[in-house]
Amino acid sequence: MNERRFKKRTVFLIAYLIFALLPIYWMVNMSFKTNQEILSSFSLLPQAFTWDNYKTIFTDESWYSGYINSLIYVAINTTISLTVALPAAYAFSRYSFLGDKHVFFWLLTNRMTPPAVFLLPFFQLYTTVGLMDTHLAVALAHLLFNVPLAVWILEGFMSGIPREIDETAYIDGYSFPRFFLTIFLPLIKAGVGVAAFFCFMFSWVELLLARTLTSVNAKPIVATMTRTVSASGMDWATLAAAGVLTIVPGAIVIWFVRHYIAKGFAMGRV
Amino acid sequence: MSVTTKPVNQKAWFLILPVFICVAFSAILPLMTVVNYSVQDIISPERRVFVGTEWFAAVMRDQDLHAALWNQLKFSLAVLLLEIPLGIALALSMPAAGWKASATLVIVALSLLIPWNVVGTIWQIFGRADIGLMGATLQRLGIEYSYTGDALHAWLTVLLMDIWHWTPLVALLAYAGLRSIPDAYYQAARIDGASKFAVFRYIQLPKMRGVLMIAVLLRFMDSFMIYTEPFVLTGGGPGNATTFLSQYLTQKAVGQFDLGPAAAFSLIYFLIILLFCFVLYNWMQRLGQTEKEGGHE
Repeated sequence: MNERRFKKRTVFLIAYLIFALLPIYWMVNMSFKTNQEILSSFSLLPQAFTWDNYKTIFTDESWYSGYINSLIYVAINTTISLTVALPAAYAFSRYSFLGDKHVFFWLLTNRMTPPAVFLLPFFQLYTTVGLMDTHLAVALAHLLFNVPLAVWILEGFMSGIPREIDETAYIDGYSFPRFFLTIFLPLIKAGVGVAAFFCFMFSWVELLLARTLTSVNAKPIVATMTRTVSASGMDWATLAAAGVLTIVPGAIVIWFVRHYIAKGFAMGRV
Repeated sequence: MSVTTKPVNQKAWFLILPVFICVAFSAILPLMTVVNYSVQDIISPERRVFVGTEWFAAVMRDQDLHAALWNQLKFSLAVLLLEIPLGIALALSMPAAGWKASATLVIVALSLLIPWNVVGTIWQIFGRADIGLMGATLQRLGIEYSYTGDALHAWLTVLLMDIWHWTPLVALLAYAGLRSIPDAYYQAARIDGASKFAVFRYIQLPKMRGVLMIAVLLRFMDSFMIYTEPFVLTGGGPGNATTFLSQYLTQKAVGQFDLGPAAAFSLIYFLIILLFCFVLYNWMQRLGQTEKEGGHE
């Protein structure tokens, strides 16, 4: 019985993975074609294989600096998000205090604002504090939706850890920072891994705020990409190549956090 | 967790403070500015007239808005009904450890990492009957498929794109939730001779409740504000078949530059999302509470 069940699951998994990979395969396929070939014929593999699209991106500074800018503000954002969210999530999961539930829900409401109208006030705010066109500006603006997300995810995982563990540690004479770093964090590794990945991801793909708050020095790759749409038509091939390259950093990030996510509590220590 | 047993400690506010400052910095001033816009008629930056609730009344009576809202609700409901079960099923069938687990994790996460405008562009080509893999395949199977001509096809394509794009978010959350269930629970279930379904229903599902709540709320609010992907893929058409709420809003705010009405619209939009999330949140909390009480005590 178990055997058959296992097989059914594997079939489902493989079917989903194929579904997940097909559009990406098509993007990779497009990135090795010329624009003319993309638009003129249907082929499963590039007929006139070319590296030109990637060459354009790697040799043109305005292209590759976009990746660097994005990586800088995403890294700043993820670091700040997790650093402030960890203690806060602990507080929410362990104590009750004045306004706790309200603040907890208020945090999430910051993800609920449709961006179109909010862009102008954001522009004004960051111009006033003199942060326009810096990496820090985008990193700070993205905190708006990443910090609440991180707090919510981490709180969910922390609430799953029995409070007795905290109490035993305090009786054993652990200080709060030492307990938090050496005992508690390893227990919620999975949560930290997922939270880090989601902070990275949402900041990486966010377009509107990032584009509004930057012009030259911190221009992110997502904004650079909009260049491929011009009056002379779409530059599909370069866009596809740029798209393939935007997946790479995130894939590396998930590769690094995979052990945190995959193992978690069940196979960790304790 | 049962809220009543948490010790009261006002000092916990110090742990919250950094988060509060970080979020409030970007949240409060822009929100106040938008509230300010929403009660004024902005003729030019220097000439503003206070109009009170006029814009709110106008927005509420707008027929096009009702259509867009209805479209939006149907879409978000479909997204939740399909993506949440699919994500859970996916998480359950992903391997728990080893290189297979790593490989699946990476593949599943790929679609999340593509910028949203590129997602739309890729699907635009992918769905074309002459040069796209999906379009051409459907055509060869004898299905007259055209996402630019047929309203239903367009709607289904946007939905399929969203499933492709966002199911991994549900799956990753659920997977991480599953992985943090202590082995002891499974051992206890094995001793009791519990069936697979019983393990899912009474161990895995309750333990995933926290992460699933986040997944449901996130998917709801993000699908309710979906903009870039359908805009790039279909441009809202054919007709108004895939014109969702945020697209309508952006047309107003950017296209016609009616800041006042657009701000009022934004606030109403925000309140709708808030209301639904609040109801969903409390409903799922309640569900967890009754389950705990109805459990063994």
